[in-house]
Amino acid sequence: MIRDEEILEQLLDSIRRFVRERLIPLEEQVADEDRVPDDVISEMKELGLYGLSIPEEYGGLGLTMEEEVLAAFEVGKTAPAFRSAFGTNNGIGSQGIILDGTDEQKQRYLPRLATGEIVASFCLTEPDSGSDAASLRTSARKDGDEYILNGTKRWITNAPSADVFTVMARTNPEEKGARGISAFVVDRDTPGVSLGAPYKKMGQHGAPVCDVIFDDARVPAANLIGGQEGTGFKTAMKVLDKGRLHISAVCVGVAERLIEEAMHFALERKQFGQRIADFQLIQALLADSRAECYAARSMILETARLRDQRPDVSEQAACCKMFASEMVGRVADRAVQIHGGAGYMREYAVERLYRDVRLFRIYEGTTQIQQLVIARNMIRNAE
Amino acid sequence: MKLMVSVKRVVDYNVRIQVKPDGSGVVTDGVKMSMNPFDEIAMEEALRIKEAGNAEEIIAVTIGEQKAQEQLRTALAMGADRAIHVEVDEDIQPLTAARVLKALADKEQPGMVLLGKQAIDDDQGQTGQMLAALWDRPQATFASKVDLDGQKAKVTREVDAGLETIEVDLPAVVTTDLRLNEPRYVKLPDIMKAKKKPIDTTSLADLGVEAAPGLKVTNTAPPPERQGGKKVESVDELVSELKNRGLI
Repeated sequence: MIRDEEILEQLLDSIRRFVRERLIPLEEQVADEDRVPDDVISEMKELGLYGLSIPEEYGGLGLTMEEEVLAAFEVGKTAPAFRSAFGTNNGIGSQGIILDGTDEQKQRYLPRLATGEIVASFCLTEPDSGSDAASLRTSARKDGDEYILNGTKRWITNAPSADVFTVMARTNPEEKGARGISAFVVDRDTPGVSLGAPYKKMGQHGAPVCDVIFDDARVPAANLIGGQEGTGFKTAMKVLDKGRLHISAVCVGVAERLIEEAMHFALERKQFGQRIADFQLIQALLADSRAECYAARSMILETARLRDQRPDVSEQAACCKMFASEMVGRVADRAVQIHGGAGYMREYAVERLYRDVRLFRIYEGTTQIQQLVIARNMIRNAE
Repeated sequence: MKLMVSVKRVVDYNVRIQVKPDGSGVVTDGVKMSMNPFDEIAMEEALRIKEAGNAEEIIAVTIGEQKAQEQLRTALAMGADRAIHVEVDEDIQPLTAARVLKALADKEQPGMVLLGKQAIDDDQGQTGQMLAALWDRPQATFASKVDLDGQKAKVTREVDAGLETIEVDLPAVVTTDLRLNEPRYVKLPDIMKAKKKPIDTTSLADLGVEAAPGLKVTNTAPPPERQGGKKVESVDELVSELKNRGLI
């Protein structure tokens, strides 16, 4: 529920302005240098972007889901690398603590996550467990007041800049499935925690990703999220439900940007003596993009409102993630097509965004996993 | 010392202005409105003066319709301590604005009144000067640098010949130019907090101010559409073409 129309509009306006005036002009530089400049990171912290979804009592803005997706629509209008910098603090990095953490864990981490003083990452994926997350092998063996973690986590977003990790590890080796998994908050400076070299990616340059290795890393038992073993997979799934809605909204933001770029180009570019925007075949590309993007926006807002009333929106969130990420893929493809040869050139934003958006169909649950989530929910409800 | 900053609600600078078909003004229905950018610079300067420990309180003032409170909220979110809304429905002329600010200056006794050198809607650029005259205090207009020194302010002004530095006794009126500073981005948590800061509402009658009817806009017209250009082959051809058209 939107708490105050005027405040919300001001908030969105402030984000919009920062994106337009500060971030968009830096996109090429960030892509070339593969890093977001430190002063921009500081500005994003000062602006309050790291604490969008952290509750107000812990120093965040405590945005409702509806407000958060509206903010994500705006943030999506620039290179996803910027969003990624503060994305994990608002999303997968902090939500485990927010949703299931003990009071002590919340007090200890959330205020610093809200200001961006510390950065959090989410460690679920492993070399042999991606979509089949419940088969993960990283182990956490209890030893007195501590757990000893061993294993490797793969492709962890923001790991190179993270100070703290939410880690899913198996506390019960007898239990091979989801019930043997627990979630931990692990400080980066814990002895035995190390990082792999940053990966070279297809797109989203400036959003650092690397492996996180746990080699006899001793973590205090007080860092077991919720203080209970065996509930870590549930925590992870709840975190991803919310994350999926956020990512969906980012997809819409990028799609709106792509449409804007394509529209602008179509109005400027002349062929056969007229603007290409006046050709019906170009118009079809634009219209299809607009309609699909609008559909995604609408379903995300609907689901966000629903989530503000009741937490279980797995099926709807999966629908949003699947549709919005596939939609932005098609929109990016059409935007490149409208640009013609120019769309294949680095100097046009659509070329870069085309590569950036490819990831949306893969991370935080592939399209195929979303299909399974949706269908399984349908079957369960029908049975 | 108190600082008073006047902010005006204007059509956002990113909006492509459309003139009403009957020439009575520009279209504002459904158009995004913002704080006049020069006033934003004035607000930023006031914040810097306060942050440097040279002022205790910043009062943001606006004169305009009910919705102009949105711009006061922005000023409060930027860091103003309180705000005064002088509610007026009709368009405000510079003399009326100056009279209002004079009345408020008498009441609040600020050490400095800061305002944009002009508003981007009507580009009058007169309010600050008129206020200085009515208030009988020094003015430092088109400021590109402001340094406070006790009861004086050293102000660098952008003039045709370059930069001119003057010293004025406080209280004084300062109107701000584009290069004075770069206004900060409003922090999101401060937007939430601004809602709790007070806005006093008053009217021309309460302040004993009479609206100045001296100015009447008779027509508003869009600039002529750009004509297509012409390419020339050489400098000589360019010169003769310009001569033919009587341009040089």
